Amino acid sequence: MPTVSVKRELLFRALGRSYTDEEFDELCFEFGLELDEITSEKDIISKEKGEEKAKGASDVVLYKIDVPANRYDLLCLEGLVRGLQVFKERINLPRFEKIIPAEGEGQRLIITEQTAQIRPHAVAAVLRNITFTKDRYDSFIDLQEKLHQNICRKRALVAIGTHDLDTITGPFTYTAKAPSEIKFKPLNQSKEYTASQIMDLYRTDSHLRHYLHLIENKPRYPVIYDSNGVVLSMPPIINGDHTKISLNTRNVFIECTGTDITKAKIVLDIIVTMFSEYCEKPFTVEAVEVVYPNGKTHIYPELAYRTEKVKPEYINKKVGISETPSSLAKLLTRMCLKSHVTGNGNQLEIEIPPTRADIIHACDIVEDAAIAYGYNNIQMVIPKTYTIANQCSQEDIADKLGMDISATNAVRIANPKTTEFQVARTTLLPGLLKTIAANKKMPLPLKLFEISDIVVKDPSTDVGARNYRHLCAIYYNKSPGFEIIHGLLDRVMQVMEVPPNEEKGYTIKAAEVQIFRFIGTNAYEICAKLISVLSGAAFFPGRCAEVFAKGQSIGKLGVVHPDVITKFELTMPCSVLEINIEPFV
Amino acid sequence: MAPSVAERLLERLDQAGVSGGLCSIEAAAEFGVDHQTLVGAVKSLQALGEVIEAEARTATRWELSPEGEEVLRCGSPEVRLFRSLPEEGLPQSEAMKLPGGSLGFSKAMANKWVRLDKGAPGGPRVLRAVLSVQDTVQEHLGQVRAGGAQGLPERERTELKRRKLLLEVTLKSYWIRKGSAFSTALARPETELTPEMIATGSWRRLPFKPYNFSSLGLPPACGHLHPLLKVRSQLRQIFLEMGFTEMPTDNFVESSFWNFDALFQPQQHPARDQHDTFFLLDPAEAPQLPPGYSSKVKKVHSQGGYGSQGYRYEWKVEEARKNLLRTHTTSASARALFRLAQQEKFTPVKYFSIDRVFRNESLDATHLAEFHQVEGVVADRGLTLGHLMGTLRQFFTKLGISQLRFKPAYNPYTEPSMEVFSYHEGLKKWVEVGNSGVFRPELLLPMGLPENVSVIAWGLSLERPTMIKYGIKNIRELMGHRVNLQMVYDSPMCRLDV
Repeated sequence: MPTVSVKRELLFRALGRSYTDEEFDELCFEFGLELDEITSEKDIISKEKGEEKAKGASDVVLYKIDVPANRYDLLCLEGLVRGLQVFKERINLPRFEKIIPAEGEGQRLIITEQTAQIRPHAVAAVLRNITFTKDRYDSFIDLQEKLHQNICRKRALVAIGTHDLDTITGPFTYTAKAPSEIKFKPLNQSKEYTASQIMDLYRTDSHLRHYLHLIENKPRYPVIYDSNGVVLSMPPIINGDHTKISLNTRNVFIECTGTDITKAKIVLDIIVTMFSEYCEKPFTVEAVEVVYPNGKTHIYPELAYRTEKVKPEYINKKVGISETPSSLAKLLTRMCLKSHVTGNGNQLEIEIPPTRADIIHACDIVEDAAIAYGYNNIQMVIPKTYTIANQCSQEDIADKLGMDISATNAVRIANPKTTEFQVARTTLLPGLLKTIAANKKMPLPLKLFEISDIVVKDPSTDVGARNYRHLCAIYYNKSPGFEIIHGLLDRVMQVMEVPPNEEKGYTIKAAEVQIFRFIGTNAYEICAKLISVLSGAAFFPGRCAEVFAKGQSIGKLGVVHPDVITKFELTMPCSVLEINIEPFV
Repeated sequence: MAPSVAERLLERLDQAGVSGGLCSIEAAAEFGVDHQTLVGAVKSLQALGEVIEAEARTATRWELSPEGEEVLRCGSPEVRLFRSLPEEGLPQSEAMKLPGGSLGFSKAMANKWVRLDKGAPGGPRVLRAVLSVQDTVQEHLGQVRAGGAQGLPERERTELKRRKLLLEVTLKSYWIRKGSAFSTALARPETELTPEMIATGSWRRLPFKPYNFSSLGLPPACGHLHPLLKVRSQLRQIFLEMGFTEMPTDNFVESSFWNFDALFQPQQHPARDQHDTFFLLDPAEAPQLPPGYSSKVKKVHSQGGYGSQGYRYEWKVEEARKNLLRTHTTSASARALFRLAQQEKFTPVKYFSIDRVFRNESLDATHLAEFHQVEGVVADRGLTLGHLMGTLRQFFTKLGISQLRFKPAYNPYTEPSMEVFSYHEGLKKWVEVGNSGVFRPELLLPMGLPENVSVIAWGLSLERPTMIKYGIKNIRELMGHRVNLQMVYDSPMCRLDV
């Protein structure tokens, strides 16, 4: 969930009133936000770097507000305030207007075909006669960063560049060139670098190094030029220094390039709808014509308004309320979904503004109606759904006997977190041995068991692997106590009504223990070994038996091999039982 | 059989007469036994009732230290030095090598028995300053040894103690007297009733040793269930009481298709990142996806349908095939709902599951790479958000949580979605206890469920309520092989409703 930090004072000024922290927390809760933390820059620095470094930092109170991951329209102060003010019916949602300049007067962005292999999409727009202040400027930069981290998936799907339009001349060209052919002065640098040098320059940059991999190994890098060959940006890495915006910038050229056109359009819509309020003509955006390699053109931003028709009873039935159509329309309007009743009162027409890309189905409209109604005002009802409860039981018992637990049959993790967790376990024994090792201070004997699932590959299932329910028990004492573990097996079989006989019941038979040397030195390697050799070598020769049920092997019991005991840093003899109980559950 | 120490003690007390008493130290010396043995006998007699009276006393005794013993034998260092010093004296360096050494020299100097002639030819010289000396230290030690420590002035004793020649030993002893039920015939009370006593009736006349009710009983030989198992069976019980059927969840390995795509979670969703999910190297891909259904899922993602705009991106089957360790049990719910949709006629269902899930999280005191998810699902015609809230209220009330409120939230596969908060009396604030919502139509309709069927669902972790219930601060003590067995042994039964 993205977190937006806003200055409390600015927020309250924009909301036109102040709140106590509790009141504001309550408002957030109702609206689906979360006031996560009340802090200040000073607090943050002092927490991260120590009090010394925090000296002189601002102690202006900051609210850190968690915003739902699909509400890109709430990722900055401007959007949050607009959302809350509309919710509280203090303002109406502004209508955003796209101004298309006369033929030949507007900006154009020409996409060349070289971009197809790396980052094929680009959209753009212009904010005219904008007035920045320090706070507005900071918010503008912050919003881009929030979008980059969330919907843009760390610039992989979309990257945003904003430029001072008065420093450049259109039409602009979005193309891709070999790294050696691109040369410009990157943002906030003092000299020119080639693209390859830029990659080296940012390899250690704490922020930008995370984006280098997106283009690094490609033969051509994306780049945007103006008509005089000035580099605007090399997306998704860095803008040029030439076009950088400042507090004095009046006209902003915004370009979004990416691999996902839907998201690029959403991102552009969000930026212009959030900041066009500071334009001389508020809430207006100047369109840019994008020319595709095939010669076709398209006007951006889309700023599309869409109308959805939903029946009032659909909303009432989904939420469990009985509001009149007009009151539902009012509820939705409070959620920035301007609505009115049409027909003979049995239809709602809902206008989805360009800020609400999250509304993709009627169920999203239903949720907004419910939020505006107040979740906690909805009457709780127990469903009349009549059902009879069943506990889980397994079918197809026969084919679950006799599976192959070997190293080659273990499921391996591609991105393991720790060396201990590189395969899904195929046996429970190592876990119990490690549990004993971690609890050596406990009085003897230690008698532990675990009934849990193990995983093995199985090409016959739809995902290629399956679980088996295992029972593992261990007896750890001054003497191995084989008879105790054996007695446990007998008791387990007795309560499962499996008699001790060869044909229909269970038997145990001496199992051959292959002589086996431990090469590894740590417990993990031993685990890996155990997985491969639970077939026998974990046991002391002559002290291991195989358990058969209905003629098929289901596991083993025996005295643990002294080498295994010492490798697990244990000191006492122990005996274990591990069987597959799938056939019995 | 020789009489026991206790019996000898009773005999001895009887001789001492009614008014007389006995010191335990003297008695031990008299019997030739260790004092501790005698104290044991006193304790065992006390346990019989009023046979004897024993009054605890503390006595201080002075003893010679090993150094003190040596001084008593050979004389004090200062005297030994004085006596070894020839009349013409010795150079200081050689005087130091005399018996008594430097300690004797400094003491003798302090006593002004010797003097140092610094101007002597050939360096400083030690000379006698008095004609003769008396070894009072040795005499005093002798007096202590003879038992006359009390006769020594306090000041002298302290000085000898300071010189580590004397030790002050504190001795606990008893002053023993006859008790009100004194008898030399030691009728040892019986400890337990025996079959013979019952048969012969001897229990009628035999005295019985009283039980010590304040001690702990013998711990029973029994097994101990892990707290997670206890909480789990309580939760199962709650679901079963509410008419929920357990879903099969026996597949830790899941395809991205069932874990994400079937749940209408887009392929670029951050949860599908390497940083959040464990993907598999082997088997890396699911061999099969449900043929007709997966193409419907593809369509709803990339183009929409069923009244949805879709996510409008290029859906890739390779992405859906990627195998992983399931990140939630909702994948199992999706499979169960798909099976339900394949039935000829829809029947309402209530499902639940409690099983293991895996997340590639940063590990800390409250996060593990694997934990248990508890999930409930109801599918029926015409279910509302109010029904979801009503079901949640029933469920959480049975869990002992009655004060609930609901916060709008976002989940990719539910809409509307609500986080469930409960008021925590200890923390004095609202804390999140679960997440819930109504499954999106984009998830249900491609499966083939009838259009008027709604599915409500909620989930929570098993570890969180367990940690709260059992006061466990570190999840690593609860899950994994570093589990604290003492905690498992000691944890009480689980009653969630109190």
